[in-house]
Amino acid sequence: MNEFNFTLNGKAVTYRGDPLKRLLDVLREDFGLTGAKEGCGEGECGACAALLDGAMVNTCLVPVGVVAGREVTTIEGIAGTKEGQDIIEALADAGAVQCGFCTPGMVVAAASLLRGNPRPTETEIREAISGNLCRCTGYDMIVSGIRAAAKRGRRSW
Amino acid sequence: MNKSDTLNETGISAPVRRVDAMEKLTGKARYISDYPFEGLLHARLLRSDRPRAKILGIEVPDLPAGYSYVDARDIPAGGRNGIRMITDDWPVFARDEVRFVGETLGLVVGPDREKVLEILSGIRVTYEELEPAFTIEEGLACKGGPIVGDDNLYGTYHLTKGDPEAAFRRAARVVEGTYRTGFQEHLYLEPQGMVGTWEDGKITLYASAQCPFYIRKSVAHTLGIPEPAVRVRQVTTGGAFGGKEHFPDVIATVLSVAVNKIRRPIRLVFERAEDIRFTCKRHPSRVTIRTALDEAGAIIGMDIDTVINAGGYTSSSLIVLQRAILHGIGVYNIPNVHIRGRAVATNTFPSDAFRGFGAPQGLFAIELHMSHLARELGMDPGSFKQKYFIKTGDTTITNTAMKDEIRLNEMFRKVDAMSGYRRKVKAYDDDPLKGIGIAFVNHGCGFTGNGEQEIIKAVAEMERLSDGRAALYVSTVEMGQGLQTVLRKIAARELDCGVDNIVYDNPDTDRVPDSGPTVASRSTMVVGYLVQQCARELKRRWGEGPGTRVRKQYRHPEGLTWDQDTLQGDAYPSYGWGVNVVEVAFDPVTYEVKTTGIWTVYDVGVPMDTRIVTGQAAGGGIQALGYAAMEVCEVVDGRFRQHTLTDYTIPTAMDFPSVACEFVENPYAYGPFGAKGAGELVFDAAAPAYADAVGHLIGRKIHEIPVTPEKIMEVLQDE
Ligand code: FES
Ligand code: FES
Repeated sequence: MNEFNFTLNGKAVTYRGDPLKRLLDVLREDFGLTGAKEGCGEGECGACAALLDGAMVNTCLVPVGVVAGREVTTIEGIAGTKEGQDIIEALADAGAVQCGFCTPGMVVAAASLLRGNPRPTETEIREAISGNLCRCTGYDMIVSGIRAAAKRGRRSW
Repeated sequence: MNKSDTLNETGISAPVRRVDAMEKLTGKARYISDYPFEGLLHARLLRSDRPRAKILGIEVPDLPAGYSYVDARDIPAGGRNGIRMITDDWPVFARDEVRFVGETLGLVVGPDREKVLEILSGIRVTYEELEPAFTIEEGLACKGGPIVGDDNLYGTYHLTKGDPEAAFRRAARVVEGTYRTGFQEHLYLEPQGMVGTWEDGKITLYASAQCPFYIRKSVAHTLGIPEPAVRVRQVTTGGAFGGKEHFPDVIATVLSVAVNKIRRPIRLVFERAEDIRFTCKRHPSRVTIRTALDEAGAIIGMDIDTVINAGGYTSSSLIVLQRAILHGIGVYNIPNVHIRGRAVATNTFPSDAFRGFGAPQGLFAIELHMSHLARELGMDPGSFKQKYFIKTGDTTITNTAMKDEIRLNEMFRKVDAMSGYRRKVKAYDDDPLKGIGIAFVNHGCGFTGNGEQEIIKAVAEMERLSDGRAALYVSTVEMGQGLQTVLRKIAARELDCGVDNIVYDNPDTDRVPDSGPTVASRSTMVVGYLVQQCARELKRRWGEGPGTRVRKQYRHPEGLTWDQDTLQGDAYPSYGWGVNVVEVAFDPVTYEVKTTGIWTVYDVGVPMDTRIVTGQAAGGGIQALGYAAMEVCEVVDGRFRQHTLTDYTIPTAMDFPSVACEFVENPYAYGPFGAKGAGELVFDAAAPAYADAVGHLIGRKIHEIPVTPEKIMEVLQDE
């Protein structure tokens, strides 16, 4: 047992429990944030992605103890921001969503990319989402959606 | 009705924003693992770890309070230890023998996941091992003795057109080739999962699944209760591709036996490695084609021998086999043909439905063979194939007139304009770094023959709600393909209202009629047509007020005939048609094969939403290129060697360029607004086009997929 604080989607929270529990399970079970999905549990698919201090991580590989004192932003947090809305609207318009299981992770990857690189090329977009697997879309509409988000959000990035 | 946002201002094909986009993008959409259940128990399957063995004993240690072990003894009197798919030879719990690694023996259930795993690892199973057969060849040779019958075949079919024997007798030359395809894992991003509960005195299953009524039927069969005593509720499903067609029956039956015994909510969700190791895959195939040519080099006959590896139990292998041979001569009119199809039993995990359902295997073989023939005869594959395109009125492989209006020539022109195929196929003959391939395909929409009429008998209903909206009641599901948007568009257009005024909830067998499974490229064409008819009648009767409910049942188009015993007649109500061009190049630095272009043209009747169908074309195309180039799935000692995402690699955003897609409009009289099926057609052509392109690049014949870099090196060193 362990107890520590961290910031979750902008709010200070306290975690009590096993510090080795996967961040993914803590988000989903302890905090009821089920936007992050388990697609593989081994760091290969990106469905469980969230931002840790602004950088994308696969939460299935992160023991929750690691986030003590740090800032975690999930899809639910991103969806509440202007940047997040720009990405979400652009992806919706682009037809980037099919089954949706990869989708929250894709939004996280897009947010992480655009924060560092507001005008990415197609290759940079493809690289940025190369750790996020999608079995439905063939990626084209996700790529064009992220490109549209970059345009749409030009003021905010 | 609220007339804002009317669709009538634009054509039906004009894209709309998908109705499920926002909830999925914001993480609000709930999949099976996202639902809380009070007092939820966890379950884990006890599986055989031998491919073929007699079970001598299963020793279960004493269980702590609150934990249960469930097996065949828990099937209630009147129930059956068989999973009702097409037949019920696949047992819910293995009987005295196991036929494959991963066969269900029992289920451990309890409140703590870790404890369940610990109990599982304490169970001792003793076996007497038998000699297994894994490959098509071993199965055909009845290695270790037949698994089924006396020849190891689940079934054999023959199709004959014209007089193939006479054609071979007068042939000037015979060209032969054998083509092979491997296992393919669906790798839907959301693994298999289901929760079973006891609600209102009834077994209720919440399922990530394609076919709620299939599940209901198989559970009722296993428990020996009437179908309406089982309730199945589909929840948002994270991809399926055929992998959630019959396989959920395997989970649902076990889970229902447990829920029936324990009467608590039980969750069975697979981990990824479990999902890859222990679920059905696409059938591996071996197809040998012999072609009789006359003196002038014209095709006068073909003899095709198709074998698919069905694995340990039948599942839907015979229907897959039918589709494989019914697509065996692809889009061509060949005067004299004989096809033999066999589904062989082996000790691998039973193979089952995967997008295309046998057609991709049949089409892969015929398309590559036609390309090989073209090269032998000194022609480019595109022009050679075009000479044999089937035309309206020509005799099909099932000896009836082809009734579709065929636009293949126009599609070829279009894809040529997009890709520069005709120019490049000549230019690249002399370019050691580039290759280009082409494949033409068709895909029968809906169930084979008169299955829609005789087996499925789909029903759809609509109702005027009290708030002025209209509800759609169908059992076909949204699994990512865009169904709910498309069906709402169809209804909204007929009712002259906005898409938001049509209510569609995930199917619940207690609330919707059986409009059949979400399979076989039937949902838009067949169910969409019923929805259109419902909406028309509801519009006429709108004035009758809230609660007005209309119902429509499927009627087979007039003038079609079918004999299921001989497989003669109109094999499908209609076909979608497609052509893909794939261009490849050697990376001059790494000398690896890179795909540099993918161009596709489809005739899906009238697309119900060009963006949704283009999304299908991109997704299906890339999935097929994974199948063709990357997705190696080998069986070693009866186990799938690749069982993580590290070794079973599917395409990432970096592996292939974007997929160009255009349509040829060709309205179909019995589809809504002229629509035909699209979901499987878009998978069929990319693999043979890729193999043709790689063959062109290296100047050798490719006979087998996946064509990995290692395989290419092998082919190059072979000569
Ligand atoms: S679930 Fe974490 S990377 Fe796949
Ligand atoms: S939309 Fe299904 S995995 Fe990406």
